[in-house]
Amino acid sequence: MKQSKLSLGPLLFNWPKDKVRDFYFAIADEAPVDYVTLGELVCAKRQRDRGALPAIIERLEKAGKKVILSGLALVLDEGDMTMVEDIASMAPDYLIEANDLSLVSLLRGRDHAIGPFVNIYNEASLKYYEKGGASRISLPAELPAASLRILAGAANTAALEVQVFGRMPLAISARCYHARAHGLHKDGCQYICEQDPDGLDVDTMDGQPFLAINGLQTLSHSYGNLLAELPELAGMGIRNFRLSPHNVDMVKICHLFRDRLDGKITLEQANDALEEEMFALDFSNGYYHNIAGREQVGL
Amino acid sequence: MTKLELVCPAGTPAALRVAVDSGADAVYMGFRDETNARNFPGLNFSVPELDEALDYAHGRGVKVLLAVNTYAAAGNADPWIKAVDTAARLKVDAIILADIGLLDYARATHPDLRLHLSVQASASNARAINHYVREFGVRRVVLPRVLTVPEIRRLNQNIDVETEVFAFGGMCPMAEGRCSLSSYITGKSPNMNGVCSPASHVSYIQQGDNLKTNLADFTINKFGPHERAGYPTLCKGRFTTNDTTGYLFEEPTSLNVTGILPDLIDAGVSALKIEGRQRSKAYVREVVQNFRQAIDAAVRGERRAIPMDNLSEGGQDTTGAYNRKWM
Repeated sequence: MKQSKLSLGPLLFNWPKDKVRDFYFAIADEAPVDYVTLGELVCAKRQRDRGALPAIIERLEKAGKKVILSGLALVLDEGDMTMVEDIASMAPDYLIEANDLSLVSLLRGRDHAIGPFVNIYNEASLKYYEKGGASRISLPAELPAASLRILAGAANTAALEVQVFGRMPLAISARCYHARAHGLHKDGCQYICEQDPDGLDVDTMDGQPFLAINGLQTLSHSYGNLLAELPELAGMGIRNFRLSPHNVDMVKICHLFRDRLDGKITLEQANDALEEEMFALDFSNGYYHNIAGREQVGL
Repeated sequence: MTKLELVCPAGTPAALRVAVDSGADAVYMGFRDETNARNFPGLNFSVPELDEALDYAHGRGVKVLLAVNTYAAAGNADPWIKAVDTAARLKVDAIILADIGLLDYARATHPDLRLHLSVQASASNARAINHYVREFGVRRVVLPRVLTVPEIRRLNQNIDVETEVFAFGGMCPMAEGRCSLSSYITGKSPNMNGVCSPASHVSYIQQGDNLKTNLADFTINKFGPHERAGYPTLCKGRFTTNDTTGYLFEEPTSLNVTGILPDLIDAGVSALKIEGRQRSKAYVREVVQNFRQAIDAAVRGERRAIPMDNLSEGGQDTTGAYNRKWM
C-alpha cells in the first residue's frame, strides 16, 4: 500500500477564518498527505476562505502538496454560478474538482477532477467522465465493495479515490437545517452553523444517534472508518484515500493512516490510535460491506 | 401561451386507465424492477402491460413516459439497457433518465427516442441543463424541488428546453438523486434500489395511547391519540438537535401548487408532474380531476387554489421551495 496516496478532502464545516488558516498551515507543515482539496462545497454564503486562500495555497504548495480546488455541490442562483465560474477560471493553474454538472460542463475537454457529489455508479458513467478529461474521480459514499472493484477495473485514465475517514455526506438541500434548528431562515441565518465545527448531532426522540446537519448538508452521525478495508481497496486498484477534515487532531489522523498504508503500524494499533483521538466512538463501514451505511462490521 | 401538460402517475395498469380517463395529458410509469425509483411491491408494469397501456393511452390522445430513473448497477447494467431498448421498441413518447451513462447509451443507440431528464439527475441550473441538452439532446428537464418560482423563470430564460415541475404529492426536502439518507439507515437507496425508507424496514409500535413509528429500529416519530400518524419517511420525522425536538427536515406535508399555477405558467414551465405512483386509484382520480380543473381555470386567467387536505400527508399543503420562505 506504499504507493497509495493520501488526500485531505474539502473542509465541509464553517470554521472561523483564523481557525481555517491555522488548520491548513499545520497540515502543510506536518501532515503526510499528497493532495489537499480546498474550497466551499456546502453553502455559497460562507465566506471563510476569502482572503486567506492565497496564503494557504502557497504554504501547501511550498510543502510539496498538490492543491485541488473544489466547487459547490448544489448550484442554484446567479451568486452560486459566479462562484462556479470563478473556480473554473482558475483551471489553468489548478486541478479543479467538480461537484455539479455546471462545473463539469465548464471543465470538459481539459484535465479536471470529479467529486463524490457527481453520481457515478457504473462503468458507463465512469467512462463518460474519463472521456471528458477527468483524471481523478472521488466516488460516492454509498458504493459497496463490489461496485468499487468493478469501477477500479474499468478505470483507464482516471485515478479513483474513496473516502476512508470522516462523517459521510448524505444529502444536500436548498433549505438550511442549521438555521431551521435554531428557528431562523436561511436568509437570516446569522451563520449559526459556525457553532458546530463537526456538524450538529441529530438524535431520534428516543435519544438514538441518527444523523448530523451542517447547514444545507446532512451527514452521517457516525464517522466512516475504512482502516480495515485499506488493503482490499488498494488491491482493487483504488489509488487515493480521502480523509475528511474534522475538529480533531487531523495531523495525527493523517499520520496514522499513512503509517498504516506504509505497514509501520498494525490495524489494531491504527484503530486504537484513532479511537483515542476521536471524541465520538461512533464509527461505520457499512456501505463498503453492502449493508446500511451506519453499521460497523468487524472490530 | 403554451399549453401546460399534466403528467400523471400510473403505478398500475388500472391507475393508468383512471389517470387517462380523468384528464391526464401524459402518464408515467416504470418497469417492475430496480430500474425505476418507485420499486415497490405490487407496483409497476411488465412489458406486455406497457404495450397495452400504450394502446389505451394513445387511443385517447394521451402520451406515455417511461421512467428508467435509477442508476445502473456496476457490472450489471443489463436491466437498465433492456428497459431503454424496450422503451424504444414499443415507441413510448419519451423515456425519463437520470444516469449519465444511460443517457449516453440511449442517445447513441436510439437517436429518435425522446429523452427527458429525471429529477433524480438534480440539474438545478442553466449550465447543468444546457450540458444535458447539448450532449444528449434532452428535450425536457424535470426540475429538482430546490428552486423558487423567480429562479425557475430566470432559468427558463437561459435554457432552450422544456421544463417540468412537481405539482402535487410527497415532497423531498433534499435535492433528489443526491440523497443517501435511506441507505445509511436501511441499506436501500433511491439511486441504487429505487426505494426510500422501504416498507420492509417500517414498524408501528403502540405504546399505551401513543403510536411510535420506526424505520430500521430508529424512532422516526411518536403520535399522541389525537394526532394523525404518517408513514415514517425518514426525513419527515421529529428529531432532536441540542434540546429541541421537532420536524427538523420537513413536516409531514404534501406539495400543492394549484394556488400558484398562473405564476408557474408565467415562469415558462411546460409541464406539471403529479407524484404518487404508489397511490390508490381514488387518489389518482381526485388529484388528476382537480388539476385538470385548476389548469383549465388558469388558462382562462383565473387563480384557483384547490385544497386537497384529505389527500395530503398530515392534512397539510405546502408550496415548498417555490416560495423562498420555505428555505
